[in-house]
Amino acid sequence: MIAEILAGQTDAFHELIRPYERSVYLMALSLLHNEAEAEDVAQEAFIKAYRGLGRFRSESRFSTWLIAIALNEARARLRRKQPRLTDSIDDPDGSIVPAQLTDWREIPSETLERQEMRSLIRRALAALPLAYREVFVLRELEERNVKETAETLGITVASVKMRLHRARMMLQKQLAPQLISAAPKRRRRFPWF
Amino acid sequence: MVLNCRHVWDYISGYLDNTLAPETRADVEHHLEHCEICSAVLDSTRNILILTADDRVFELPLGYSERLHARLTKAMLEIPPPADEKDEEEPPS
Repeated sequence: MIAEILAGQTDAFHELIRPYERSVYLMALSLLHNEAEAEDVAQEAFIKAYRGLGRFRSESRFSTWLIAIALNEARARLRRKQPRLTDSIDDPDGSIVPAQLTDWREIPSETLERQEMRSLIRRALAALPLAYREVFVLRELEERNVKETAETLGITVASVKMRLHRARMMLQKQLAPQLISAAPKRRRRFPWF
Repeated sequence: MVLNCRHVWDYISGYLDNTLAPETRADVEHHLEHCEICSAVLDSTRNILILTADDRVFELPLGYSERLHARLTKAMLEIPPPADEKDEEEPPS
């Protein structure tokens, strides 16, 4: 389809990007935490992709290329908003002590129907340091593999693994106690009643 | 090798991604068999990853797709059509 677009059938670009509309928006939102800005960045990213389509190399996945554009666009917007933003990763070598709950019980996906549960997760993601959040979003939400994530972010595979592990542990530490408190308690069934 | 809880926490991601060496994985599993806390850490992490990746957590704004394609249509009229230029490798920034 890309060849068709480059040959002049530019309308096909609309169909080309349809499967990636959500991914690009999500990438922008995870950095900016603002729906209107994320939407604007997503639009800009798609326009840049159209403009630069001739430079896309078929050796890489189109989705990876597109996500990289969205990431650059969102980072640039973030820098304009917060020029002094430095994303320090505190204590990069220390281990994160997870929440230790002996009463953990599975939280079913149906609980996400509740706004409160969705907000808890969004807030926990937003609280991750940017460098960890980028890796987490690419790996867990965008389902990029470790190599693609490393290439998109310009970091090593080892860094991807380390940041992903720490992001997961931070989320577990923050979210596990909150989710278990917020999740509806299952009714106990007493067989003798 | 006998692992303590802190070692196991360091291996949680590798365990979930199935990237641990077979002997390390066996050591972690041996620990999990008798450690209620580490089992809960593993289960809760796995559960949280499933919840986080659920599409309902981040929903697209109403009308997002329509606005996107309308803006694209407008932009595509204003900028020259893309041409094949394979010299550059980097995505446009």
